Amino acid sequence: MEFGLSQEQRMVVDTVRSFVERELYPLENEVERTALVPRELGREIQDKVRALGFYAPNIPREFDGGGLDHLTFTLLERELGRTSMALSVFWGRPSNILCACNEDQHARYLSPSVRGEKIDALAMSEPDAGSDVRGMKAFARREGDDYVITGAKHFISHADIADFVIVFVATGEEETPAGPKKRITCFLIDRDTPGFEIRPGYRAVSHRGYHNGILAFDECRVSANQILGEEGNGFDMANTWLYATRLTVAAMCVGRARRCFDLCVDWAARRRQFGQPIGRFQGVSFKLADMATEIDAADWLTLAAAWRLDQGLDANRQIAQAKLYASEMLARVTDAAVQIFGGMGLMDDLPIERFWRDARVERIWDGTSEIQRHIIARDLLRPLGA
Amino acid sequence: MKVFVAVKRVIDYNVKVRVKADGTGVETANVKMSMNPFDEIGVEEALRLREAGKAEEVVAVGLGPRQCQETIRTALAMGADRGIHVKTDAELQPLAVAKLLKAVIEEERPGLVILGKQAIDDDSSQTGQMTAALLGWPQATFASRLDIGNESARVTREVDGGLETVDVKMPCVVTTDLRLNEPRYASLPNIMKAKKKPIDEKTPEELGVDAAPRLETLRVTEPPGREAGIKVESVAELVDKLRNEAGVI
Ligand SMILES: Cc1cc2nc3c(=O)[nH]c(=O)nc-3n(C[C@H](O)[C@H](O)[C@H](O)COP(=O)(O)OP(=O)(O)OC[C@H]3O[C@@H](n4cnc5c(N)ncnc54)[C@H](O)[C@@H]3O)c2cc1C
Repeated sequence: MEFGLSQEQRMVVDTVRSFVERELYPLENEVERTALVPRELGREIQDKVRALGFYAPNIPREFDGGGLDHLTFTLLERELGRTSMALSVFWGRPSNILCACNEDQHARYLSPSVRGEKIDALAMSEPDAGSDVRGMKAFARREGDDYVITGAKHFISHADIADFVIVFVATGEEETPAGPKKRITCFLIDRDTPGFEIRPGYRAVSHRGYHNGILAFDECRVSANQILGEEGNGFDMANTWLYATRLTVAAMCVGRARRCFDLCVDWAARRRQFGQPIGRFQGVSFKLADMATEIDAADWLTLAAAWRLDQGLDANRQIAQAKLYASEMLARVTDAAVQIFGGMGLMDDLPIERFWRDARVERIWDGTSEIQRHIIARDLLRPLGA
Repeated sequence: MKVFVAVKRVIDYNVKVRVKADGTGVETANVKMSMNPFDEIGVEEALRLREAGKAEEVVAVGLGPRQCQETIRTALAMGADRGIHVKTDAELQPLAVAKLLKAVIEEERPGLVILGKQAIDDDSSQTGQMTAALLGWPQATFASRLDIGNESARVTREVDGGLETVDVKMPCVVTTDLRLNEPRYASLPNIMKAKKKPIDEKTPEELGVDAAPRLETLRVTEPPGREAGIKVESVAELVDKLRNEAGVI
């Protein structure tokens, strides 16, 4: 067993951390104030990251991406998690599922995404189909060589800046031993396709400036060439390509927790009440001890799951455990942080209240905590036939 | 031309340095270490010279314990061609570093040596000057601009009260100031290449240098906390206090 980083991993971590600290931290307050990252600023960030050869680090080198293994990529995500997602989104990490592009799609979607010329978003959730993804109502009917899509998606992250969207819709139903099941198909839909509209979404308490959007499809006609993978294999595709992305949430939670924690330790050592640093009070110091322990635990769960992916080992349960624990850890850590900072913890002069707000969504998106527990429990019990 | 840069491993500039409880030094356990920022500027300048066709090779030298290899590796990831590690666990003071550098420089014969004007840990600002003196080479310290000619270098120096421009014959020693350039980040392709670049290991004994410390540290203490300021009622009072109490105007 080996718990250290390789030279490359250490330098990746150092570089990403320096970039985030020097280039992105200074922009955060403005993002919080305006809930917006101007598109030109976003492009500037993209350009800088691209010049460093760090754009699309998750995409294999055969497709001109950075070709990082899962563990190194997870370390990178951990460092990006320190800053606002409204900013880090411009450190492009195209969805892995684009690696399933055929030759023609490769030229139109994967390559431009890797080069930072196009930005993708990914859409499954609908107003009536959240955790129950298979309950989706968006539907595509076949007409000759085309498909005609009708329906709506919501909560779609950074749809506002997306040039195209990877959309999962039903294309029929099939009988299975467990009853009728929807056939789900994955489509690549360009922003300007007639019958398709990207509308502003809701205003969320978490990740100000990182917008979610609503996708409306009204008799949107696309050619069968827009199918990613094959008709009806959308869920297989999602399982193959997307299950590792939940690990990203875990890694980002760890990074943000560490940044928040460092501020807490410093505050506890400097803030004085009753003639001494508040860190001398056990009520505060034991909080710090618990925070440090939980952050380390989440860190190792996350890195171990990434390591399993690199070894080609089954990692579904381990990823769910990391996502579950890291997101719940972040909630506890940021809540304790507000407590340690007292009233100042709630004021937007300091980033603590922001960390606390941002933490809330992590237990919801990419599968709620309940769904992660469901995955973990199923993995434990299913082999026993229960 | 071969350019030599020295890279020192120091406590990261973002870390709040704490004095050890026993007053023998500062806390380095579990503290993030990085390349001295002035040395980053030195590496950057050397790389720009190579990119401009004015240098063929950039060699990064690090001195100290095993972990210094990380700092040298970082210089290689920024783009330096190869590294030299003078390995020792002894405490290295500026004079010892200068002697070790001299020994390596005499073996390698670079045309230009770029060092940071100081390291942000002990802030001695001595190594560059001592190295030049021991080599008997010209020196141009606190550089904010460096232009390489055929046989000489024109260096703009940041001095009290302004800028001074000097011509120095090469080979020479230049030390970097903050405004010389903005160092690059290591790129991902270069990080991946860095592993394959060679780092030569040497020891003070092999170089025939006695690196033993000449100075003894008696005590390390926190700087005194800043005292509260005062409010003045008028400009006249301020001028009076500056002139008669502070004695600064
Ligand atoms: C800011 C934001 C951005 C998002 N970005 C995207 C995106 O880019 N693309 C995308 O497709 N989706 C996105 N989502 C959607 C996200 O994945 C869903 O919100 C999530 O899957 C939960 O669905 P829901 O909100 O409809 O909640 P529901 O599914 O309605 O759940 C409500 C509650 O019921 C619980 N529950 C549901 N089913 C069960 C069960 N079987 N057992 C126990 N408890 C259960 C849930 O855990 C939850 O507590 C985003 C969401 C948010 C908030």
